[in-house]
Amino acid sequence: MQLDFEHHITAHCENGVASNLLKNRGLPISEPMVFGIGSGLFYVYLPFLKVNHAPGLSYRPAPGWIFNRLAKRLGLKIKRQKFSDKRKAQEVLDQNLENNIPCGLQVGVYHLPYFPEDYRFHFNAHNLVVYGKDGGEYLISDPTMEVVHRLTESELEKVRFSKGVLAPKGHIYYPIYIPEYIDWEGAIVKAIRKTCNDMLAPVPIVGVRGMRMVSRAIRKWPKKVGVKKANYYLAQMVRMQEEIGTGGGGFRYIYSAFLQEAGQKINNKALIVLSEEMTAIGDLWRDFAVDASRVYKKRSTQDDVYNKLADDLLRLADLEEQFFKKLKKSV
Amino acid sequence: MKKSEVPQDNGRVFEKGSRELYYAVDENGDYTTALSTGWDAKNIVQDHTMQELQERIDQARTDVRNKKVSPIVYFMELRRMDWQLVADYTGIWKWRVKRHGKPEVFRRLNERTLAKYADTFEITLEQLRNYTGD
Repeated sequence: MQLDFEHHITAHCENGVASNLLKNRGLPISEPMVFGIGSGLFYVYLPFLKVNHAPGLSYRPAPGWIFNRLAKRLGLKIKRQKFSDKRKAQEVLDQNLENNIPCGLQVGVYHLPYFPEDYRFHFNAHNLVVYGKDGGEYLISDPTMEVVHRLTESELEKVRFSKGVLAPKGHIYYPIYIPEYIDWEGAIVKAIRKTCNDMLAPVPIVGVRGMRMVSRAIRKWPKKVGVKKANYYLAQMVRMQEEIGTGGGGFRYIYSAFLQEAGQKINNKALIVLSEEMTAIGDLWRDFAVDASRVYKKRSTQDDVYNKLADDLLRLADLEEQFFKKLKKSV
Repeated sequence: MKKSEVPQDNGRVFEKGSRELYYAVDENGDYTTALSTGWDAKNIVQDHTMQELQERIDQARTDVRNKKVSPIVYFMELRRMDWQLVADYTGIWKWRVKRHGKPEVFRRLNERTLAKYADTFEITLEQLRNYTGD
């Protein structure tokens, strides 16, 4: 059985699942709108948490928050369920498919067979949609992929019950209510204020202050942990930053697209102008990644490179601080 | 980024038959989307990461051969896991998993415990028990 569901590739998985599920339910909403109204842009440094043997860094809020915030601001209702029993988890999924409901699932990527080997880490906050079942295989719409895929029952069970940090526990979700009237302006204004407050938060590890803290840390890495480990830390940082549309430049561009679309929707010229500014900041994030990748070609003395990268990050923090202060005033 | 600047530097996702979506501006300054086959900056850090992981795996293999650690450590590295993750998958406490990383303790493990590890690493009992680092 295959439900009437259209697969669209997106830059980021959680936005993509939300946007695709809502389109399916008759609410046309783009990925940038999901990302913006869900206040998806974020920055947090977690030096005490080691991810893949390197200090933790996140460019987005906890999994599920984007969709939840979006739902709250637009007045949607989402049903969410987690399971301790694997059989029950499959039964509920099968039942939903019977009832013509495409479902969002949180999964771990390590056991996803269609993922490239280089991307298969124990990362549990990936999202995809199941939109049917055919001959014992589930039909999978993974929004980071160009085409749709299939997973066997046991393959899907494995990714739904992957272990570790943020273990999905069979997490399944889908929208159950969409209001007839939506207050877009109210939602957009609230969402933008939230993002500004997050990025300007008076917390040392969050937002622009978090970026400054990372900048200080980078400067010390070669001396503190040795060049080899420092290079590895840096590689992990850039990977988190630019992998599959998430993080630094990628997120800045999605946010710019949101500001442009939102500005047109609620007729706010300031947002459209600020969109251009954010695009330029996104370009600088990409330059940062290119400069970081030069470390592995060993063209310059190591200390210099790390100092330069720390300076670049400080500059980004300054630019973003000015940007979000302006943005806050414009709504 | 302009739409024309979206990188096409064949990366890992592309090798596996897909492309990535970018948001970029067109000639009129309007946001649109474009597909990318990959980006050199990402390929470079990705390759470096893979290289580091391979070094960890090779080190574990040498350590098993020299009887410094048990096969659990090797397969843990091979599956890109750490102590906590192995503990989560097997349901065995982390401090016990660490103990099982010692060859002399590993040798005395019963079949039921070994089966939990073999299951986690997706290998057979024999493969786990007989791995000598060669």
